[in-house]
Amino acid sequence: MCEKAEHRMQKSLSQPLSVDFQEPLSMAEKPKLHYFNGRGRMESIRWLLAAAGAEFEEKLFETREEFEKLIQGGTLMYERVPMVEIDGMNLVETRAILRYIAAKYDLYGRNLKEQAWIDMYVEGLRDLSDMIMFFPLSLPEEKEMNLEYILTRATTRFFPVYEKALRDQGQDFLVGNRLSWADIQLLEVILMAEECKPSVLAGFPVLQEFKARISHIPTINKFLQLGSQRKPPLDEESIETVKNIFKFERGMFLKNMSTIVAEY
Amino acid sequence: MELWSLLWGGGGCSLLGPPSSAGRSVPAFKQLAQPRSWPAGAEQRRSQDFLGNQETAIMAGKPTLHYFDGRGRMEAIRWLLAAAGVEFEEKYIATPEDLDKLRNDGRLMFGQVPMVEIDGMELVQTRAILNYIASKHNLYGKDLKERALIDMYIEGMADLNEMIIIFPIHPPGEKEAKLALIKEKTTNRYFPAFEKVLKSHGQDYLVGNRLSRADIHLVELIYNAEELLPGVTASFPLLKALKTRISNLPNVKKFLQPGSQRKPPMNPKSLEQAKKIFRLP
Repeated sequence: MCEKAEHRMQKSLSQPLSVDFQEPLSMAEKPKLHYFNGRGRMESIRWLLAAAGAEFEEKLFETREEFEKLIQGGTLMYERVPMVEIDGMNLVETRAILRYIAAKYDLYGRNLKEQAWIDMYVEGLRDLSDMIMFFPLSLPEEKEMNLEYILTRATTRFFPVYEKALRDQGQDFLVGNRLSWADIQLLEVILMAEECKPSVLAGFPVLQEFKARISHIPTINKFLQLGSQRKPPLDEESIETVKNIFKFERGMFLKNMSTIVAEY
Repeated sequence: MELWSLLWGGGGCSLLGPPSSAGRSVPAFKQLAQPRSWPAGAEQRRSQDFLGNQETAIMAGKPTLHYFDGRGRMEAIRWLLAAAGVEFEEKYIATPEDLDKLRNDGRLMFGQVPMVEIDGMELVQTRAILNYIASKHNLYGKDLKERALIDMYIEGMADLNEMIIIFPIHPPGEKEAKLALIKEKTTNRYFPAFEKVLKSHGQDYLVGNRLSRADIHLVELIYNAEELLPGVTASFPLLKALKTRISNLPNVKKFLQPGSQRKPPMNPKSLEQAKKIFRLP
């Protein structure tokens, strides 16, 4: 690591994180995550809770029957997961859950404008992370093409934005010179992209520094260790499990691509 | 599909810079000469050129919406601004070159629209824009928990609305199946969920016994669903009542009148134009 980056990292580590972790009102109740045993849409939520230093429990279903039992229980507003029991609510919809956690743990900016910047950054990343998430469900004959598409988008559409934002501001974090949901989400997506192609950050020196710096934040560092609640990428076996639980249709990747196409 | 990923300009995002740079291509925007919903005093402004209108807008602090002349992803933003009583200007993207210019000028963070100039920012990403407007105008609940409920409801609505927005773009052979899916989701999943919320507390609004963005987005969704599936609200009396109540609020009522900035549904001609602008096959 070059001197300048090391200096910046040491500087940000030695200063206390300017994040005020609110104590939850009911300390006894940890948030409870309901999902299958894999990343999917719940992974961003795990990341955010972990980064905030919030302990959580998980109730992970393995079969279609278990999922249907959860649906019958009536706690899923749209009969879909993720669902998180938190502070007396059964929250569904990934973004609703993420926003609540971010706001609760002071990771959503200090004012409306910072909130807007965070929203722009995380929404931009959502498109990319959805693509990567659905990639394992590609039809075999489309895998190579889809991977190519993901990597092109990552390196020409998305990463340049964040590289530039960090470089132009010359700060350690994306918004407001302090850790926010945007930084955590960016790290998560960088790591996912690297799993697709290890050298994907080759043209992005500032993102490389960012990755190192944010990974060393104690709560995040802990989450990156073996034995944490972070989930591994889907392998052959877990793909089959997921397909059975959720009854996915063929060509799932392309189906969601229509959302990207119609983003305009 | 690849085309716009390669077109990303690489220019800077202008944070607080003057927003006027994209307005110079006057010929492209002559289309604005058709009166849309000009607010009071518009007669004077109509005689000025586009630049004059823009300067007035900046001075008045009105948001400016950048999109094509159609609903798409901008329509929810128009609804919310209108319901909040916020006047806004629109700059229509009429050609692929208009879109290129916005990108090359570095005004679109991800090379995409919608983009809204508001309070010195050039906001992109529909949800970021909606969240900002809702928060600013007190339509996002009074505390974190109300906001969580609102988010839970509106994200569900967004899932259904997404299907409806994309529907016109499907090739003819797929349309019937898609419509059946929309009908199924509307009548079996989403409308029952929102009807249940209203029933559970018996209040006039979805959250916190006062108007929020949740009510506005839901009523917009109901109108959209009814256009595709006439009579779909028939078995949801509380949704019907909400629709009537919200439609009668003065700002919403005005927005629902002809001549407002509300856009009509897509027709074959506007679909062709949109495809051209965004270089879709």
